This record gives sequence, C-alpha cells and structure tokens, in this order.
Amino acid sequence: MSEQVTPPAEASIHPGAGVPEKKGFTDYARAFLGSAAGRNIGLVIALIVLIIIGTATAGDRFTSFDNILTVIRLASVTGVISIGMTFVIIGGGIDLSVGSVLGLSSVVASLSMVQVAAEVWWPLIIIVAIAVGAFAGLVNGVVIAYGNVVAFMATLAMLLAARGLAEIFSNRTTQIVSVKGFLDFSRGNIAGVPNLIWIFLAVAIAGWILLNRTTFGRRTVALGGNREAARLAGINVKRHTVYLYVLAGVTSGIAAVMLMGRTNVGTSTHGTLYELDAIAAVVVGGTLLIGGRGSIVGTVLGILIFNVLINIFTQNNLNTSVQAVTKGAIIVGAVLLQQRFAARSSRSSG
Amino acid sequence: MIKVDHGTPLLEVRGAKKAFAGVQALKGVDISILPGEVHCVLGQNGAGKSTLIKILSGAYTPDEGEIVWQGETVTISGPTASLDLGIATMYQELDVVDGLSIAENIFLGHELATGGIINARTANKRAKELLKRLGHGDLNPAREVGSLSPANKQIVSMARALSRDIKLIIMDEPSAVLDSEEVKNLFRVVEELTRSGIAVVYISHRLAEIREIGDRITVIKDGRSMANGLDVQTTSTPDLIKLMTGREVINVFPPATAIATDAAEVLTVTDLSVKNVFAPLSFSVKAGEIVGLAGLVGSGRSEILEAIYGALKRTGTVEVHGKPLRSGSVPDAVASGIGLSPEERKSQGLLLEEPIYRNVTLSSFARFAKLGWLNERLERTTSRAQLESLELRPADPDRAAGLLSGGNQQKVMLARWLVHGTRVLLLDEPTRGVDVGARADIYSLIRELAAAGTAIVVVSSEIEEVLGLADRVLVVADGEVLQTVKASEIDEPGVLDLVMKGSAA
Repeated sequence: MSEQVTPPAEASIHPGAGVPEKKGFTDYARAFLGSAAGRNIGLVIALIVLIIIGTATAGDRFTSFDNILTVIRLASVTGVISIGMTFVIIGGGIDLSVGSVLGLSSVVASLSMVQVAAEVWWPLIIIVAIAVGAFAGLVNGVVIAYGNVVAFMATLAMLLAARGLAEIFSNRTTQIVSVKGFLDFSRGNIAGVPNLIWIFLAVAIAGWILLNRTTFGRRTVALGGNREAARLAGINVKRHTVYLYVLAGVTSGIAAVMLMGRTNVGTSTHGTLYELDAIAAVVVGGTLLIGGRGSIVGTVLGILIFNVLINIFTQNNLNTSVQAVTKGAIIVGAVLLQQRFAARSSRSSG
Repeated sequence: MIKVDHGTPLLEVRGAKKAFAGVQALKGVDISILPGEVHCVLGQNGAGKSTLIKILSGAYTPDEGEIVWQGETVTISGPTASLDLGIATMYQELDVVDGLSIAENIFLGHELATGGIINARTANKRAKELLKRLGHGDLNPAREVGSLSPANKQIVSMARALSRDIKLIIMDEPSAVLDSEEVKNLFRVVEELTRSGIAVVYISHRLAEIREIGDRITVIKDGRSMANGLDVQTTSTPDLIKLMTGREVINVFPPATAIATDAAEVLTVTDLSVKNVFAPLSFSVKAGEIVGLAGLVGSGRSEILEAIYGALKRTGTVEVHGKPLRSGSVPDAVASGIGLSPEERKSQGLLLEEPIYRNVTLSSFARFAKLGWLNERLERTTSRAQLESLELRPADPDRAAGLLSGGNQQKVMLARWLVHGTRVLLLDEPTRGVDVGARADIYSLIRELAAAGTAIVVVSSEIEEVLGLADRVLVVADGEVLQTVKASEIDEPGVLDLVMKGSAA
C-alpha cells in the first residue's frame, strides 16, 4: 500500500481558478486517516489503548514476557488463516470454509497410517495437511469461478461438507499425534520465541510481499476492485479466482499443522468458527468486504487486537459472554469508521 | 418551442456556494428558471453541474446562497423536501428498481395503499394513464422494469416524477443512453411536459440537442455561472463553447489522412456472429484505417466489438495479421494485439480507487515484472511518459483514476493500449461523458493513432461522430450490416434513412 495522501478532486480541473483554498487541520487529519497508513495508525492506537487497559487492570500478569508470547501464540493459528482470508476478500470473495477445512486437514494428517509413515520422515504430516487444504480450496475455487456459484454459498457448502468428511474419516475420535520429529518442531523455540509465532510471522511477511510486490497481488486487487475491468483488460479472472481459494486452503492447512502442534491432537472439531474470527480480523483491519482494497498489516493488527482483548478478559476473570459482546461492538465500530472514510475518499464532485 | 409568459421565476438560486473537504465545488452560481421553460445547463465535467443538481434535489445543502421557490426563500433539507416542493430529479444512473413492476416503480415511496395493503389494480390503472401521457400507452404497467430498455426505464422514471405534483423536473444527461430515434421521443415528452406548465432543467453535452429543445441556457464554468438565461436562438455555438471552456474550438474533427494503398490488412473478421444478437458479418480493417459502426442502440454494435475481443462467445473467425484468435478468450485477443476501450469506462474499464499508473499498466503489468516481482518504478515512469505524450495534465501517475474527468479517463484507456503495444483498437463510445473541449483532443488522438498504423474500429451512438472520425462506415441495424460506405460519401440523414429502411424490412 502506498502512503500518499490523495490530492483534492478538483485541484487540476480548475486551472487558474484563483488562490488555493485554505485547508484546515481537520482536512489534513481526515485525509491522513483516510489513507492506508492512517487506517493502520488507528489500529495501532486501538491496540495501545487496549494494552494500557490491560496493564492498568491486570498489571504484571498482563505485561509479563510469557503472557505476551502466549497472546501472540494463541493469535498465530487464526492469524495464518486470516492472511489467506485477506486475499480472498480483497479479491472480492469470501471463504466460510476455512475453519472446517482446518479440521479436515488435521484429521487426515493425523490418521494413523499417515503417522506411521511420518515416523520415517516427519514433514510428511505438514505436506499432507497443506495438500488437503489446497485441494479443498481448489474445489471451492472451481465451483465458484467455473460453476458461477456465489462464493458465500459454495464455501458454506464446503463448511458443512469438510466438517462432515472430517467426522467420517476420524470416526469422531480424537487422534493423538505422537510423531516425535513433528512435535519437536511445532513446540520448539528459536531465540526464545515459539516456532508457531515464527510461522505466523513468516506467513504474514510472505503475504505482504505477495500482495504488494507481485503480479499475483496486483491481479487480486484488480479482481476485487473491478472484476469486469480486469476481465476486459485481459486478466484471466476465473483462473485467478481459483488461485485465491487455493491460497486460502493452503493457509488452512498450515493452521491445521500449527493447531496439531499446539494441542497434540487431530480432531474433526478443530477450527470450529475460526472463519468468523478470521473475517472479523480482516474487516477490522481495514480490508473492504466488497473487495478491491485491503492490508496485511491491518489484518495482523486486527488479530492482535482481538487476542489482546480476550487475554484482558481472561486475566480479569470476566466471563466470555461479556467478551463476545465487546468483540461484536468492536466489529460494528470498525465497519462504521471504514464506511465513513470510504464515502469520503470516493465522493465525486462537479 | 412554445414560448411561455415570462412571469415570476419558478425557482431562483442566488450565489450558491458549496465546498467539500476544502475544495470549492460551487463558487457562486445564479440560475433562474421560469415556469414551463426548458432551461439548459451547460458546463464541462467538473464545472459544478452535478453539485448544483444535488443542491436542488436536496442531496446537499449549500454553504452560502439563497434558494427562492415561487417567490419564497426555502431550505431544501433532503430529497423528500425537494419532492414536496415539486422538484423531481432524473439522475443519469436511473434510479429504478429492476425487480419491481413498472407501476410499483412509479409509486415507489408513495404507494397507493389502504391500511398498508397496496391496491395494485388502481396503481396499474393510474400508471397506465401516466404512461399514455408520456406517449407510451403500449407499456404494460405490470411488466418488470428489469426487462425494459434504458429508454423505457427513463420513461418509468419520468412517470414517477409525474405521479407526484411536480412543477420542475431536472434531467441529468437524459440522452446519454438513448439513440437518435429515442431522443426524438424524449423531446416529444419534454414538449408535452412544458405545455402543461412544468419546467425542465435539461443537462447535456450535446449542443445540437440544446439547440433543438432548449429555451434558455445557463453556462457554468469552474463553479461559477458565466451566463444566466441566454436565449437559445440568439446565442451562437462558438460563443457558448467559449463561455464553457474559456477558449475557442474551431474544427472538432481532424482531417483524415490517406491510407497507403499497400497498407496491410490488420484485422480480418469472417462470418462473425453471436447467436440471437447479430447475423454473420465480414469486414476487414487495414493499418491506419478507422472503420466506424453506425446504428441505433440495441443494433448489436457493442456486441460486435465484444465478440471480436473474445468477451462474448462467437462463431466465425477473427484474425490479426492472418493469425486466427481463440474464440471467447480475451487474454488471447490482448496478447495478439487487440485492445478494447469499453462503453462504460467507469464500470468496465477502470479501477477507480487505484492510481492512474496501475490502470495504465492493467493489461501489461506482467511484462514489467520479473518472475512475478513487480517493477512499480518502471510502471510509473512508463505511464508518466505515455500520459505526457497524450497531454493528460497533470501527468501524475499516482492520482486515483476516479478523480479524473471523463476525457482524461478516456486518455488513460488509450494509454493502457499504447503501453501494451496494440495493433487493433476497438473504441466503444470513445467520447461518452467527455465534454466538448476535451472531445476534440480525443478525436485528434484517435486520428494520430491511426496515422501511426493502428487499425481502429469505432462505435458511437452519435452518428455525426462516426462520420467525422471514420474512413469507412458500416451501417448496422437489427444485427445486420446494411451497407459499407466511405464516410465522405454519406451524411447523417443518409445513415438514418438506411437504418429506418433496414429495420422496416
């Protein structure tokens, strides 16, 4: 995302229209808050406010290094899914199946035959999990792009089907993952920071580069910004739509690996309702739900805001119902703000 | 035109000013509208016409200035207040609901209901009366609006205005979506309205229309009214253009350059057809030649372009330099050197929120990338150079495309295909939404492109434009090519005559 402040609409349409109009502080503030950097600044401020509240109410329990790592570690799994979701939403779609696909991936990757094979070469678990996610994403993408099924319905169907398949494959039993190499990897640390956090960081950085520096990202923005214009410019929109859902599936697979590592088990209930957390984080992070504009940094901040909030509630022994209400309020507030800025920046005049 | 007794003005606006986030859109507009007149508002894009309309329709409130309605100062606080006064607005993007019937659309917001239950029979009956009054008694009020042509949707929108007690109708470029025949009907309707004492504020870029239908003209430039209530009959066209643009425009169409006799055939279309839209047709375009497609809206003109481009499923063959293109594949057409500037630039051509350079490189950014890694600096400099050569000012590649005027947006579309290196350019309505001053620029650019060896196909609902631009004209009606003639050997009545005969046959 470039960080320029958009010049006023009519500045050049009226050459020689006299002296430039005087601009007040509020105009600049508004323009800044409407820009990509400005929206992220807003999220950083929200996060800082939460941290101050956490420190004030829970003190050392909240600010300790261990607690901070716990918050980020818990954020990592939905965080990775949210990165994939960011691409799908910027591209003008939605993926409701990410949580179920996570569950399915974890079940398949933890089946005993896979585990037996993985005793020889543990990365097999990771490959299987990601392959299952990618395949589910491929099915989503093909149904949406070539079957012309609305993304909401196609991925809702996958939400049900993947969860059902996971139950069939696992016979509704929980499988304990006992492959040593895998557990050492997923529970290990580098420089005192858990590997799960490193994975999240790596996925987020890769996502940022993919979105902002590559042709893949450019196509994604073009698709969500104006699908017809992208098509008529010669972009293969159907194929790219498939890629977007495969990408979301891959992040579900990675998240399944992380969750298996954290919980030591593979089960069909893994990832239940994660799709909603991911969508919430993406939208709060400033990505437009209609597509065409969004930010990976915003999504990461969105995920952190929700997880810090949960931690504050837990530290203060408040019940989860209050937590849910607060999350709801944050989502509505963020979307309201987003709409105000969107209306300002796109209003045409003259 | 019927002259009406010049009594007290129906509506007066005095010194209206309006600013958005520090940008002064209106800097002092005066306008005075008499009952029963057709008052035309002229101005380039960005001059402030839309803002003025929105003030009258209650969408905006002016920062300064006075609105006087039938001798009384009023404030128009919202769309409902505007309607209550007796002002109806027909926006360019028609505000009809596709899923509702004609009658339901007409009475939307003031349904004929008793105790919340809609009386459909009365509504249909009254809708029928209104449609008859507008010369469209043949439309069934129960028909779903989504199935209507743009012209008929406009009639529904007008009927809705008439269903209330209206004294003033504002029409924002009503002819933009209509062809010549439909424009004639629109004019009949406008006459009928003014005869019953209703005033019409008519906004259009087309001077010829204003001449035909208008009584008086107000010209707006840079948010100020330059002239208020000029007589249509006595004001000359050069004077009007000068008032609008601040400069004189002499000849709009550049002279055609002779095509080399040995020029290569670039685009060859053989037996091209789209089922239920147009019959098989064949034609070819040489390097440096401009071929125009003339015909009414709905004659299949745009679809012919889309089929050549691969955006519509087709039968028949399309060849570029003798190499056939894959049917139904836009990427293949683009790779072979065909470019399309679509009819609706905003909804089909541009990413309005994205910077200009990304719009310019939308068809070619992959070529600026290495292994998928974008080179945005090169994209910017290439775009800037291209914009400068097209004289788009300021040539700032980082501005959002949505902030540009219609003419500049068209230049961005041309820049896209120039950067891509296009050999065949398909232009659908190249000057829709482009104001008078910028049109001449676009025309000479198109001519320059042809002179540089590009094969060009132009579609326009303005026959004058097709004839002025093209070397050769294909007259199309009901999906058939009626005749192929040199542009210099036919005039506007000639084309219309052909079209009428063709449709009747």
